[in-house]
Amino acid sequence: MEDLLREYLPILIFIGIAVVVSAVAVGASYIVAPQHPDVEKDSAYECGFEAFDDARSRFEVRYYLVAILFIIFDLEIAFLFPWAVSLGATGEFAFWSMMVFLGVLTIGFIYEWRKGALEWE
Amino acid sequence: MIIATFAFYLFAVVAVISGLLVITAKNPVHSVLWLILAFFNAAGLFVLLGAEFLAMLLVVVYVGAVAVLFLFVVMMLDLNTLNFREGYQQYMPLGLAIGLVLLVELATVGAGWALLPEVEGQLAAPIAAAEAAGLSNTEALGHILYTDYVYFFQAAGIILLVAMVGAIMLTHRSREGVRKQKIGRQLARDPAASVEVKKVETGRGI
Repeated sequence: MEDLLREYLPILIFIGIAVVVSAVAVGASYIVAPQHPDVEKDSAYECGFEAFDDARSRFEVRYYLVAILFIIFDLEIAFLFPWAVSLGATGEFAFWSMMVFLGVLTIGFIYEWRKGALEWE
Repeated sequence: MIIATFAFYLFAVVAVISGLLVITAKNPVHSVLWLILAFFNAAGLFVLLGAEFLAMLLVVVYVGAVAVLFLFVVMMLDLNTLNFREGYQQYMPLGLAIGLVLLVELATVGAGWALLPEVEGQLAAPIAAAEAAGLSNTEALGHILYTDYVYFFQAAGIILLVAMVGAIMLTHRSREGVRKQKIGRQLARDPAASVEVKKVETGRGI
């Protein structure tokens, strides 16, 4: 346990450095740069224009379908990692149980392919 | 190890604060971003518990995929921040009742929590047995997941299949009148059947 956490110590240090550096970069430009706000300065410059609408508009539902299909195969890959590292010790049964698992998901894959869910149109 | 304690409090405090900000942020997109921060801190807590694999899975699956999905849902619902407070009074009793039920359930589970005597010792160091055998976290999981817990593993596969079929059934619409590229048909065409050479006489059309 101690050894495990010691291996992660550099990552923690890096996270700390990253937070400090980004905070300094943002904070310094806020403090050091001269700031004299003005209505004209803050308004859109010559070639710019005021925003017409909210930047967030409605998405089409097909993006969601692509994302959810991605998650499912993401999870399938997640199951493969422990299987791969322990296959030497667990033997044939674990191998075939994973093959059944992959077979079930392949049925789903064939289904979505035939349904045309992978096509964008 | 003093650093581990420090890291625990750091992750725990940030997780709780970002969790609170998830429900108090006005903009739903900001809520999702705070949720991502909460996921990262939970991953840090998992590492402190020694559950490396779960921590990495949390980052890959939740931050990489589920948070993106939440963003899609937030975008798709076209939430208007102005009329959030609409019907606030009306729905409050229902919301409070559901919250209370969940709280009671949590308290019941927390109070009725009992461990087998042989498991109790493992609580302080969950992977001590595996670690003593020289196994990493991922290996320890792989040793039991595909053999001892094969039914749960296969059930997970079936659930993923159902999720896949359900998502397609709910969201997939094949549109009419869309001209797709049919590569098979393109390749199957031969010049003899599709091109005709005509002799055009001078001064006359076809």
